[in-house]
Amino acid sequence: MVKYDTVIIGAGLSGLAAGIRLAYFDKSVCILERHTTIGGLNSFYRLRERNHDVGLHAVTNYAPPGTKTGPLSKLLRQLRLRWDDFRLCPQRESTVAFPGCTLRFNNDFQLLLSQIEEQFPAQRDNFQRLLNRIDEHDELSLNDVPTSAREIVAAEISDPLLVDMLFCPLMFYGSPTASDMEFSQFVIMFKSIFYEGFARPFEGVRLILKSLVRQFKSLGGELKLRSGVRTILSENQRATALVLDDGSTIETKNILSSAGSAETIRLCRGRTEEDAPQPGEISFVETIFSLDCQPADLGHNQTIVFYNNTPQFRYDTPDEACDVDSGIVCSPNNFQYGDRVDEGRIRITALANPDIWMNFAESDYIREKDSWCRRIVDSAVAHVPDFRSHVVDTDMFTPRTIKKFTGHLNGCVYGAPQKIRDGRTHLENLFLCGTDQGFLGIIGAMLSGITIANLHLLKTP
Amino acid sequence: MIAEDIRQVIIDILARIAPDEDLSDLQDDVAFREQMELDSMDFLDIVMELRKQYRVQIPEEEYEQLISMSSTVSYLMPRLKDVESPA
Repeated sequence: MVKYDTVIIGAGLSGLAAGIRLAYFDKSVCILERHTTIGGLNSFYRLRERNHDVGLHAVTNYAPPGTKTGPLSKLLRQLRLRWDDFRLCPQRESTVAFPGCTLRFNNDFQLLLSQIEEQFPAQRDNFQRLLNRIDEHDELSLNDVPTSAREIVAAEISDPLLVDMLFCPLMFYGSPTASDMEFSQFVIMFKSIFYEGFARPFEGVRLILKSLVRQFKSLGGELKLRSGVRTILSENQRATALVLDDGSTIETKNILSSAGSAETIRLCRGRTEEDAPQPGEISFVETIFSLDCQPADLGHNQTIVFYNNTPQFRYDTPDEACDVDSGIVCSPNNFQYGDRVDEGRIRITALANPDIWMNFAESDYIREKDSWCRRIVDSAVAHVPDFRSHVVDTDMFTPRTIKKFTGHLNGCVYGAPQKIRDGRTHLENLFLCGTDQGFLGIIGAMLSGITIANLHLLKTP
Repeated sequence: MIAEDIRQVIIDILARIAPDEDLSDLQDDVAFREQMELDSMDFLDIVMELRKQYRVQIPEEEYEQLISMSSTVSYLMPRLKDVESPA
């Protein structure tokens, strides 16, 4: 007896969104999550009585209430949610800070335009031509030919500093590939960050996840935590069942996996390592500081600061454990929450080498974390007020932490370099969604689950 | 169902797809797309909602009949005439 129409692997944003679509249209659907909580790469935890977000600094693709077009409104309609279910509060202002040059931007694109006119007057027309190319591109096409974004941008913009400053936030917030991006990914990120912009619910990512779970369960969907998938069984090119970590078996007509492409193929019985696509290698460490004051009390009002201290911006796996020359400073307090105030926080994210972090001996790991945490802050305080004497608690996660809790190989956060846009695999009823499908960011992750569910799992009555 | 019931069925579906939308001043002869910015994903949802609730199968080449409220109602009239009104 076949039990489910679809089993979804992973209760992250993409899996939950796909689950809502399927449950809404009366499919029997079960989401399996290995971890004890939901969220995957965008999750949350509680430590020493403090709530922390993992992953999410800001939701990109912001649109104010009443907006009828764009990714956020599309998403809300597809999930039958209201704007208030995410309660997004827009950012104040963010910057891209390079040696000798800082560009400010917020959710009104005019600010970035005027900043570029002011600081790169010679690039004004070039930038307009780049915008035209961005506007003309259909970045959501499921079958487009990969092209280098570096080549396209450099063909329009002749000042390498401006090129790097445009790439820096887009790469940091979503590039699975070193040094360059695929042009469609560039366009998705450009629109989501510069055209639409940043926002965050006061309660953090847990509010979004809890809205999704509530909707999913109210439609009759089943969610099983602590239920890791060990093996996918198949027969004649079709998946037939899943074997869980505890040895039990679940039968299903279809499987939708958000575990990652390499990770999913490795679950399939009879597949060897060589059959699996290459997992991504771009990973990060993040240091989280709780403060005895608000960042604004120290004169820090920016929401996000993307910084780089070197003449040329480098986005690559560093040779050492971390790359302290560049990073992201996020102050979750600096969104427009009205009069609500939470404990002061500064989060700093930097590129990391997954191999080095995975291979530290247990006895060295804590010491290495402490030492890199200090070096990262030393570098970041060139761009934000020195907050070090106000720190009351510190936590840090590394590629090792990400692998442990999400199962993503290398603790990779933006997935494999090779995206599988149509979600197909070698088995005709096993599909992929999430980071390896290729829509990026918080909204993109949910749209990924929705798109693949619509394309493959909802067409048959 | 009579035309009036079918119109209400469509209004209910639109309210589920776009819960933040004010549908009280929806004009029956103007395309949904113009008034509500519905895209192809939304039209597919109207089709799927009709299938889910009333078992009406609408072939892909006939989706264009759902362009506005009045065209949708006339298209659905013969297909839903023997179906009881939900209210």
